[in-house]
Amino acid sequence: MNNKSPRWIRIGAPIGVFFAVAIAWHLAVDWFKLPPILLPKPYRVLQAIWTERLRLAQGSWVTLQASVLGLAASALIGSFVAILFSQSAWIRTALYPYVIFLQTVPIVAIAPLLIVWSGAEFRTVVLVSCIISIFPIISNVTSGLLSIDPNHLDLFRLQGATRWQTLLKLRIPSAIRALVQGLRISCGLAVIGAIVGELFVGNSGTSDGLGALMNAMQANLRTAELIGAILACTLLGILLFLGVELLNRWAFKRWTIDTGFESDG
Amino acid sequence: MATVAIQCEGLRVVFSQRGANQTILDGLDLAVPLGQITTLLGPSGCGKSTLLRVVAGLTEPASGSVKIEGQSVRASQHKLAFVFQESALLPWRTVWQNVRLPWELRQGLSGQELESRIRTALDLVGFKATDWHKKPHQLSGGMKMRASIARALITQPDILLLDEPFAALDDMLRSKLNDLLLRIVEQTKTTMLFVTHNIAEAIYLSHSIAVFSQGRIGEQIDVDLPFPRNSQVRSSPEFAATYGRVSESLIRNATV
Repeated sequence: MNNKSPRWIRIGAPIGVFFAVAIAWHLAVDWFKLPPILLPKPYRVLQAIWTERLRLAQGSWVTLQASVLGLAASALIGSFVAILFSQSAWIRTALYPYVIFLQTVPIVAIAPLLIVWSGAEFRTVVLVSCIISIFPIISNVTSGLLSIDPNHLDLFRLQGATRWQTLLKLRIPSAIRALVQGLRISCGLAVIGAIVGELFVGNSGTSDGLGALMNAMQANLRTAELIGAILACTLLGILLFLGVELLNRWAFKRWTIDTGFESDG
Repeated sequence: MATVAIQCEGLRVVFSQRGANQTILDGLDLAVPLGQITTLLGPSGCGKSTLLRVVAGLTEPASGSVKIEGQSVRASQHKLAFVFQESALLPWRTVWQNVRLPWELRQGLSGQELESRIRTALDLVGFKATDWHKKPHQLSGGMKMRASIARALITQPDILLLDEPFAALDDMLRSKLNDLLLRIVEQTKTTMLFVTHNIAEAIYLSHSIAVFSQGRIGEQIDVDLPFPRNSQVRSSPEFAATYGRVSESLIRNATV
């Protein structure tokens, strides 16, 4: 579906799909005589969400904070690492394999280790969120800082620009679009990281985010509430993505939308 | 004899790619007179742009030398300005900010003096004040090229190097910008080294045309058409005769 589709189709179609899936779900539970503990009906999930609305809202708030902090940390640290990489091929060659290692090591495998080091605390959840979301930032921003139009580089060389001037006035502005792309990929990962962190930190610490709630709901076989928590996680991912889009429009517009490379629509 | 602005002697440039060496310039000699337009003409890949880059100090020659008004390229790089084939405007900056860029990097001029220079450069290339604060993506190809020329002129260079700046433009626009370049030379007395594929453009603009042959200048042809030039020159018998000479030289030198 392209952007030229009428507005009512663009809004109505996803809503239509939502109701179609809900109806199919309802009928499937009846048809296969599934027990509520395995798959509750959609209205049961809605009821559970309403009943647990306070705990879900509080959990979502905690997880949202962890995700935003994790994403912000990955954006800052990732951009800093990318700037280092862009300044020296030697540093890039020496450190890039470890960045790939960070990407390939399963986060569920290192989360227990992080808890040992950092404690069953909120900060550990933020750390897990940061680790899981940092690779797309480093990779995209490094690529943005290095893929400079050769004519622009020649222009700066001809004017006798210093390395610092080239970084500030050419490389960083050129890489902002890549940073936004990285943030778009990383925002979903930051939520996943926060949930994984909370699943491991559990109720033993101060954290009572969605991950911890899901642990408790699963232990008590409260499937409807568990599905409600899953929906809340999805909502957080969407919220964070919208947050990145707002940041793009407010803070980065000059380097992204206003350059004609991105649509404002 | 006119004073020489650019003197190239025995220039040799070799590019290595996957172990294979390719000689682009092979003992090239060229003298570009002060305050004149000299055009480099030749087929694609013959080394015209490479020569321009060597003169600008962007490519190091394997051997040979370039003197700018008697000095080394490094010592005189501040006297040069370069206009690229594509406008090379920074997309996040407005026209005004793009034109200001060279002085932001050189840090020698600011305040009202800089503003006045920017206005003069934009006026010289025929930029309307209403377009000064537009971003490059809001401009046509011709407007972008005007902005690029204004940016090159802002430092008041002695020598302007132009690498096929109008190659992507239509004939009408190309003709207008050719007139603009002639006007700039007339007003500023800037020496220009201009690269093009287009014989008619080379004749219309130049005092002299250097035809490439096997990595050297095969022939340097003086264009004996009076200045100031206008579109009527293009239909004169002298223009047609020069066109024939240059065309023959191009074919002869390409098949040496």
